[in-house]
Formats: sequence, structure tokens, C-alpha cells
Amino acid sequence: MEYSAIENSYFKIGNKHKGLLGWLTSTDHKRIGLMYMYAIISFFFIGGILGGVMRTELARPGQDFLSAQTYNAVFTVHGVIMIFLVVIPGLAAVFGNLFMPIMIGARDVSFPKLNLFSFYIYMLGAVLAVISLFIGKGAPDTGWTFYAPYSTQSGTNVIAAVLAAFVLGFSSILTGLNFIVTIHRLRAPGMTWFKMPLFPWSLYATAWIQLLATPIVGITLLMLVAERLFKIGFFDPNLGGDPILFQHLFWIYSHPAVYVMILPAMGVITEIIPTFAKRKVYGYKAIALSSVAIAAVGYLVWGHHMYTAGMSGTARWVFSFLTFIVAVPSAIKVFNWISTMYKGSISLEPPFYFAMAFIFNFMIGGLTGLILGSLATNIHVHDTSFVVAHFHYIVFGGMGFAFLAALHYWFPKIYGRMYNHKMANWSCVIIFIGFTTLYFPLFIIGLQGMPRRYFDYLPQFQTGHFISTIGAFILGLGFLLIFINLVRSAKKGKITTSNPWGGLTLEWQIPSPPTVENFEEIPVITEGPYEYK
Amino acid sequence: MRQQPKTSNQKLETIMNHSITHTEHRDDLGAKMGMWLFIFTELLLFGGLFIVYAVYRSQYPDDFQIAATQLNTFIGTLNTIILLVSSMTVAMSITALQKGNKKLTIYLLGITILFAIIFLVNKYFEWGAKFHHHLYPGSELMLTLKRGELLFFSLYYFMTGLHALHIVVGMVILIVVLLKVKSGKINNTDFVLLENGGLYWHLVDLIWIFLFPLLYLIT
Repeated sequence: MEYSAIENSYFKIGNKHKGLLGWLTSTDHKRIGLMYMYAIISFFFIGGILGGVMRTELARPGQDFLSAQTYNAVFTVHGVIMIFLVVIPGLAAVFGNLFMPIMIGARDVSFPKLNLFSFYIYMLGAVLAVISLFIGKGAPDTGWTFYAPYSTQSGTNVIAAVLAAFVLGFSSILTGLNFIVTIHRLRAPGMTWFKMPLFPWSLYATAWIQLLATPIVGITLLMLVAERLFKIGFFDPNLGGDPILFQHLFWIYSHPAVYVMILPAMGVITEIIPTFAKRKVYGYKAIALSSVAIAAVGYLVWGHHMYTAGMSGTARWVFSFLTFIVAVPSAIKVFNWISTMYKGSISLEPPFYFAMAFIFNFMIGGLTGLILGSLATNIHVHDTSFVVAHFHYIVFGGMGFAFLAALHYWFPKIYGRMYNHKMANWSCVIIFIGFTTLYFPLFIIGLQGMPRRYFDYLPQFQTGHFISTIGAFILGLGFLLIFINLVRSAKKGKITTSNPWGGLTLEWQIPSPPTVENFEEIPVITEGPYEYK
Repeated sequence: MRQQPKTSNQKLETIMNHSITHTEHRDDLGAKMGMWLFIFTELLLFGGLFIVYAVYRSQYPDDFQIAATQLNTFIGTLNTIILLVSSMTVAMSITALQKGNKKLTIYLLGITILFAIIFLVNKYFEWGAKFHHHLYPGSELMLTLKRGELLFFSLYYFMTGLHALHIVVGMVILIVVLLKVKSGKINNTDFVLLENGGLYWHLVDLIWIFLFPLLYLIT
């Protein structure tokens, strides 16, 4: 493929506006996806720096350079940015927008204008989140969970942060709605449900969660705002309210939200493994339906965040049982990925390494999730840094690594250029080492009793904390390397072919980068997406 | 759901000059599907409030009972009738347009919007009377009430307030639809926007059908 592909692509040719305005007013799903990507990566770096600040403070016991109040604000804002601005929209808004329509053989999503509108709602939410840092009496200090009654009483900017989460939820709902209709209505002729690639399948399951769970947190956050403004007493026990009710309503959304983060990640991995193993994916239907099963059962496990908060014994074991059930479809996926590689002719390219790191991290994150999900062990590790480690293994080790895998997998398709493989491999290794050094010690000191969200600790936890902080800096180095490699390659990388990995899904059958309309003619699908010979 | 004749996306005409802009495609079934999904999310939004109502009603049954007698059942009933009739008029406007009677469509949509305004005026007087008695969220009187009564009135203001906001949104949608019918953009071959506007209005009506007995009638 020559340079002309880049000249004719969605990069150069947009709508009637030129330059930046052409991007900001574009309803092209690829341009919207890229705008999401730049925004999300920027917020990721802000959130990451806040995380680094926290880790540095924790390197030694006692107060070093953050006051306790500042530390509370830093972990709250780190959480709000990372959860609501980075990982929840994350893969769906970036790679879902960029590639889902192409993978199902469509020219765009069903509602392109609504798609652009969701992007602007996202940006509005982002602005609100940033504003909450600077106005009034300081950044929110409640933790990203906004637990009542503290969130109803804290003098900080809780309302701005809560409204940001509400607005971002609205953006998430509209993206989900758009994807559901798109997948129902715009699949190419011949692409039956079970001939659809598995990344769109995972997005489909994700979209239902976005649609059905987000409104609950929306109304809960509105109630919280009303409570703060008018002393209503929905959640404040002094006024007859019930703080546990807030926790229930919050987790009814926020647990399924974890699946909003991880399901598209699983979808990405399911695309990468067959491409690099050159083998038909093992158990296609099991993977497709396990996404739906995770979405369905994942809706009903929220109580496992509240074992120690005060629930009936029956409720506790039911939630524990369902938590174990939801591990089954997740394990099915892992087994299927590994079986797909069996007897494959594997080519070891950077996206594949990232995918392997994902599987490794995800298994640790998943299995430690079962320790947290069973009633007896949960009492021991509840609200310790064990939870922090588990959560980051799933969301960062899982979703974060899948994002990097997706970025390296689809990079040549997005930009029409290739990055430096050697540098990408090294950055993968460094990031993996940094990640493990950062989070694994937190499991150990968590088991020993280190509470989460504390800015000071007993001397016996110092070794663990210190190792963890070293890991944070290694991780930062890895990200710097990736950043340099990809930014340089996006501009000056070697021009690549339309299908550098030899993938079979539809996005690899069109030029790199794609043209504005994706397909000159809508393809007719006759066989499944992974029919490697 | 009925599908319009010219809608099949799967047979999008080949776009001759793909380098200019996106070609608008038309998919009425998809548009309606999107609207139904949006309606689900709205129902779930209120669903959260219904859960909270249920929890506190069972915790403070007596307080809720007493507080509910303070509401003006007459205005509540009147507003229920107004919304039900307005749902009928919006449904009739769709049939009118399908039959090609543009003038009647505009007329019926106008009546629907008028009903919406009357609903809001009634609401204004209903709330105004309560405000006059210092019964509003954040007032000193409210904080002296029993806990269950405080929660009832808070829920009353929150639920009917959010519903009134939906009435306003519905009105704006219907006004836009009315203008588009007038300009001919919505016509008897392409009226999915009118149908979606109608669907949204029915949702607003439906939610009220639940709010009315929960707040006004169970006394």
C-alpha cells in the first residue's frame, strides 16, 4: 500500500469543514473514536500522575509531602478520573467507535449525530470533573464511591464531582443505545448473529449493561445532590435516611460497571489471539454467549461489596453464590483463549505479548476476586489494600493491558503506519514488570492488615509499600516508552499494508487507514469471522 | 412495529462519490428501536425512585399514610385526566398524518402542547400552595416533621419535580415535531420523528400513572 491510502483516508477527507473544525463537527465514527482516544489518554495521564503522587507519599510511613486531607482528595480524584473518564468509556468509546461498525460491515453507527453528541456530553462531564478540583472549598474527598452520609456532609466540592459522574453516565447510556441499534440493524448481509466477530459481541453485551444499569446510579447521584442542597434525608441517618440504601443503589450500577470495563477488553483479546495463532477461535459460541451471561449475572452480584456493611445472612450467601457463578463464564473465556492457541502457528508480535500479559493479570485478578467474593475470607481482607490490588489487577492489568493490546493491534489500521516492534516489545516487558512490582505487594500487605485509603501506616508495611512505589516508577517509564514509540510512529512510522497481521475480520480487508465510507460496497458475508486455513 | 417501505439499510445504495460526506441513510425501525431503548432507561431512572419509595413506605407506613392526606387529590386527578387525554391527542395526530391530514395533525399536536401547559400550571398552583404553607425541601417546617413525613414530602417533590422536567422536555420535543410537520419535513411518508415524539409523550404519561396512586391515592 502506498502513501495514497493515507491521502484518501478519513484523516484527510472529512466533512465540509476543514482542519480542527472538521474533526469537531464530524459524525464519522472513526474520527469520533480518535477524539475519544486522545481525550481518554490525556485523562489517563492525569489520573496516572495522581496515582504516582499517592504512591510516592506512601513510600515511607508518616507524612511526607501530602497532608491527610490532600491525600483524601488525591485518591478521590484519581478514582473519579480513572473510573468515569477513562476505563468506563475506554475500550467501547475508542475502539468500539473506531472498529465496531467496520467489523460488522457498516458505513457508520445507526445514529452518527447522537454519537457526536455523546462525545460532547462526555467532554462536558470531563469539564465538570476538572472544575470540581478548583472551585469552592477544594477537591472532593469522599472516595469515588461517594458513600453517604459522609458525601452528604463533606464541605468539599462533592456536587460538581457527582454531577460530572451523572453527565458521564448519560454519555455512556447514549453510546450503548447507539451500539445496540447498530448491531441489530446494520450488520452486513449474510452476517448472522453467530457470524459476527467477537469484539462486537462483547460490545453488544456491554451496551446492555450501560443501558440498564447506568440510570440507577444517575438517579442515585441526583438524590445525593438533592440531599446536599435541601437536607432531604434519603441517606442521612440523622434525618431518617439509610446509608446502606445508598450503597445498594450505588453498587447496582457500579458493579456492572466493572463489566462495562472488562467485557470489551475480553473482546479485544478474543480478536487478537486467533489472528496471531492463525487458528479458528475455539468455542466461538461459548465465548459469544459467555459475554451475555457475564452481563446478565453481573447485574445481580452487587451485594458482594457490602458484606460487612449490614445485610441479612440470606442476602449475603445469595450474593456470594452469584459472585461465584459469574466467575464461570469468565473462566470459559480464558480456557477458550488458551485452547485457541493450542497447535496454532503463533507469531510473536507486540499485540500478542500484551494479550498474554492480559491473560496472566486477569487470572490473578479473577482468582483473588473469588477470595473477596466468599463470605468468610472477605471479612479478613475487606477494605484492605488486598481489594486495591485485586481491583487494579482486573481494571489495569486487565482492561488497561487490553487497551494497550488493542492500541498496538489496530495502530497500523488507524494511522496506516507501523510502530517499532522491538521498542513495543520492550515497553510491554517493562510495563508488565512495573505493574507486577506495583500491585503484587499490595496483596501481601493487604493480607497482613494494611487498610486501603490510609495515608499513613505501621512500620511493618513499609517494605511492601516501598517496593510498590518502585513499581510505580518502572510503570511510568514503560508508559513513556510506549508514548514515544507510538507518537513518533503515528507521524513518521513506516507505511504499512492494509493487513499487516494477516487478520480475517472485515477491518483488515479495507485500506489502512480506512476511507471515509469504510466500504466502497457493503460486503456480503458467507462464513464465520475466524476461518483460518 | 411497522416497517416503512424504503428503509432497508442492508441495501444501501452504492455511494457514487464516497469522498465527500456521509450519506444520510434512513432506518425507521432502527430509529424506533433507539427510542424504545431510551424509554427503558427513563423507566429505570424512575425505577430507582420507586425502590426508595418502597423502602421508606415499608419503614414508615404510618407517616406516609398521614402525609399523603395532605396532597390535593383534586388537582392530582385533574392532571391525570389531562395527561391521559393528551396521550390520546398525540396518538390521533399520528393517525391524522398517516391519512395525509397535515392541518389536523398540527391542530392535534397544538392541543397536546396546550394540555402540557395546563398540567404545568396546575402543578404550579399545587406546589405554590405547599410553599405558601412553608412545606418545601429545605424549609424549617420540613425539618420539624416526623422522619417518615419528611421523606414522603421530599419524595413527592423529587418525583413530581423530575416528572415535571420530563413534561417540559416532552413539550420541547413536541414543539420541534410540530414545526417539522409544518415545514413538511415530517410528512405522511416519513413520520418516524412524530412517532418517537409520541412515544416519549406516552412515557411521560405512563410514569404519571404510577406516581398518581403512589403519592395521592394511598391514604
